[in-house]
Order: sequence, then C-alpha cells, then structure tokens
Amino acid sequence: MIEVKNLYKSFGEHHVLQDISVSFEPGKINLIIGGSGSGKSVLTKCMVGLHPIERGSVKYDGKEFTTMNFKQKKEIRKDIGMLFQASALFDSLTVEENVLFPLEMYTKQTRKEMLERVDFCLDRVNLENANKLYPAELSGGMKKRVGIARAIALNPKYLFCDEPNSGLDPFTGIVIDQLIQEITKEYNMTTIVITHDMNSVMETGENIMFLYQGKNWWQGDNHEIVKADNKELSEFVFASKIMKQFRNA
Amino acid sequence: MITLFENIGAYFILLSRVFKKPDNYKLIFKQTIHEMVSLGIGSLGLIAIISVFMGAVVTIQTATNMNNPLLPGYLVGFATRESFILELAPTVMSLILAGKIGSNVASEIGTMRISDQIDALEIMGVNSASYLVFPKIVASLIFIPIIVIYSMALGIIGGLLVSMYFDGMTLNDYILGIRFDFKMFSITYALIKSVFFAFIITSIPSYFGYYVKGGALEIGKASTKSVVYSSITILIINYLLTQMLLV
Repeated sequence: MIEVKNLYKSFGEHHVLQDISVSFEPGKINLIIGGSGSGKSVLTKCMVGLHPIERGSVKYDGKEFTTMNFKQKKEIRKDIGMLFQASALFDSLTVEENVLFPLEMYTKQTRKEMLERVDFCLDRVNLENANKLYPAELSGGMKKRVGIARAIALNPKYLFCDEPNSGLDPFTGIVIDQLIQEITKEYNMTTIVITHDMNSVMETGENIMFLYQGKNWWQGDNHEIVKADNKELSEFVFASKIMKQFRNA
Repeated sequence: MITLFENIGAYFILLSRVFKKPDNYKLIFKQTIHEMVSLGIGSLGLIAIISVFMGAVVTIQTATNMNNPLLPGYLVGFATRESFILELAPTVMSLILAGKIGSNVASEIGTMRISDQIDALEIMGVNSASYLVFPKIVASLIFIPIIVIYSMALGIIGGLLVSMYFDGMTLNDYILGIRFDFKMFSITYALIKSVFFAFIITSIPSYFGYYVKGGALEIGKASTKSVVYSSITILIINYLLTQMLLV
C-alpha cells in the first residue's frame, strides 16, 4: 500500500500540488486523472522520489519514504517498476538487454537464469521473437510491452504507469490496459496509472483520483464517477458530446 | 556571472555523484569497454587523417621559411617533431576531439534525459550519473593519451612522407632532425596535458547533456555549448599546465 499525506510541491511561485492525501491499495488499479498541468506526473514523480517534496509524507507499506537516505530509497526502488509515457527504453540496448538490465544490476542469478526470466517476462506481455530487436525497430504498442516487461522483471510490489495507452490505437490501448490489470491481480501489486483515456477510466478504474488545480478534487471508482455530482469532474470526464450522451443514457 | 558560478557548482555536484561507489562493477566495466570502442576507436580514422596532413603541412611550411643556408637542414624535422609532441598532438587533437566526442556525449546523454531514460535508471535505484558518465570519463582517460601518442607518430610520419619528395630538404636531414636533442620529458608533458584534456572532453559535455531541459532544439544548444566550454577550458588548462611544467 502507498499512502500520501498532506503533500505539497511548488516550482518557484507556482503551487503544483496542495495538500494531497490519498491511499493506493494493492491488487487494485489506482487511476490518477486530471487535465493537462493538473499535477498528475509531478505527484507520481514526488512519490517515487524523482522530485523532492516541500511538505508531507509518502509511505510505502508503512515506511516513510521522504526522509530515507539514498541507500534506503534504493531498497524501496528495487520494488518499484515504472512504465513511462514514451516507454523510456534504452536505445542502445536490445529488447532482451533492456529487460535484462535490472536483473544484471541487482540479482546474483546466473546468466541462464536471468535469460529465462527475461523470456518469461516477454512471454507474459505477449512479445515473443523480439529479443534481438532494438527499440527503434519496435511499434508503439511493442515498446509499451517491453516497458512493462522491464518494469516487472524484478517482481515489483508497486507499479507506476504514466499514460500507458497514449499514442496507441484504441484496440492496442485496451490490450495494454488489460495486461496491466492482469499483472496487477496476478502479483497483487499496488498499481498507479496516470491516464487521460476514458476507456481506461471506465474499464479499469477501481480507485480513481481526480486532480484539479493541484488538489485531490474527487475520489471514487468507475461506477461512482458516472453519477458523481462534481462540476469540474463532469466537465473533464464528459467533455465530448458522445460522453454526455452516454451519461444521460 | 551568477549563471556561470551556478553552472560550475552544478558541474562539481554532478562530479561528486559520478565518483560515488558504482552500483555494479561488472556493468560499469562492460560499459567502459563499450565507451572505449565507441569514443576511442571511432576517433582513430579522423585523427589519422588530420595528423598525417598536418604533419605534412607543418614540414612544408617550416622548410619554405627556413631556406637560409646558415640554418642546419635538420631543423625542419626537429621543428615538426617539437610542434607535434608539445602542442599539435595533445592540444589541437584534444580540441578536435572536444568537437567530435563532446557533441556526441552531450547529445547522447541529453537524448536520454528528455526521453526519460535517465529517470528510468533513477527509478530502478541506479545512480544514473555514475552509470552514464563514469565509464565515459574512464574510457577517455585511458584512450585519449593513446590517441595523442598515435597522433604524434602519424604527424611525424606525415612530415617524413613529404620530406621524400619536397625539393627544399632531404630525407636524411628530416630523420636527423626528428632524432636531434630528444627529451623524454616532452612526451611526459604531452601525456599529462592529455589526461587533463581527456577529463574535460567527457565531463563538461556530460554535464550539459545531463541537465538539458526541453526538446531536440535544446539538445542541439547543449551540444554546441559543451563544445565551446570544453574548448575554452582546454585552452585555459593548456596555458596553466605549460606555465607550471615548462617554465
């Protein structure tokens, strides 16, 4: 479980996050939604320690993360997998080497064992026969799959996904959502997904947090979001005509 | 002026992270070998062409300006050797490498920064500064002195090739000149300089690449800045080292 309490973050005079308190539960898809510039990415970067926070606390299974030293944070980070918006695969490494990287860095397994784990992870994301390809040779959907395979290589407890289906066609986007959902249930991970995609919100949102002007504006699940009586949330979720029709129906 | 001091401060903060204990020695070693091939061996062709032609030109220019019968014939070979060992091989080649390697390093690390690859390393708990920059610095510290020796040899060979066909001098005079009054300290001096320059050539562009913000345009700017700052730093350090070691 990840617990965020009274978190504040500013860049100069610009207050990006204000008094954010939220819990993300294991085995669930926790979604963070909100308009551009609402602070979604900053919140996740604060949670994983890429941005120092101004005030507040972030706890991983009860352990305070923000006050840890580099070595202690490193131990927590071994349990964190992250899928980036642009996949962030290492360009100079093949698919196999990308997934192998965290294993080589942190495990004492033999080469054979590590390669078996790589094959397992790539099979798990339905990506076979791509081991020797470079990221530049992959499609957007394949890159996301490799990103997921790399993120789960060390069997993480926490999975962060930054817009996992952005730039993908609707079908591939749904496939990636389902994959994240399956992996979350299978390994009982605490998964946090930043998304703009309403398909994902309606399909997978078991715990949805709506960020508005840097504040936790609304929280609920995919059933509650349809009926929510919140002007800003409704304007965001039901922005298009078709979504408005869907709500009214 | 404040920005300059901020940059210098941030550069040293980056260096302090670069020289922290590596996360995995095996991976760092593998990465260092990769960098030696990429940065070092990849530069050999360019350095060979420049050194041979520069050696030939220095020899011709020296010979045409020393046609006084009172000057001994071996002076041309001597001047070529001294020019190459003391200045052209260590300093001019380092300036050329600052352009070639520096822009490569800045754009490579800069691209990794804007495409979140550095964040991905950090999230995995890897000290990205150490993993990315340390192997480059070590590779250049090993390889650039070798390139400098290689350049010295090729520059002198360039002069030798010209001396075989050039009317104003003889091959024997040239060979006598390159052997005349040879001091081993000149090589030591050149190697000391090349070690300093090797550090500058990789660390400054790494700094500009590591802290790049924005997109492709900013990577281009960082790359240009890294070459400019590396070149200026090389010239200043060259002056200081010459003052300390030769005067």
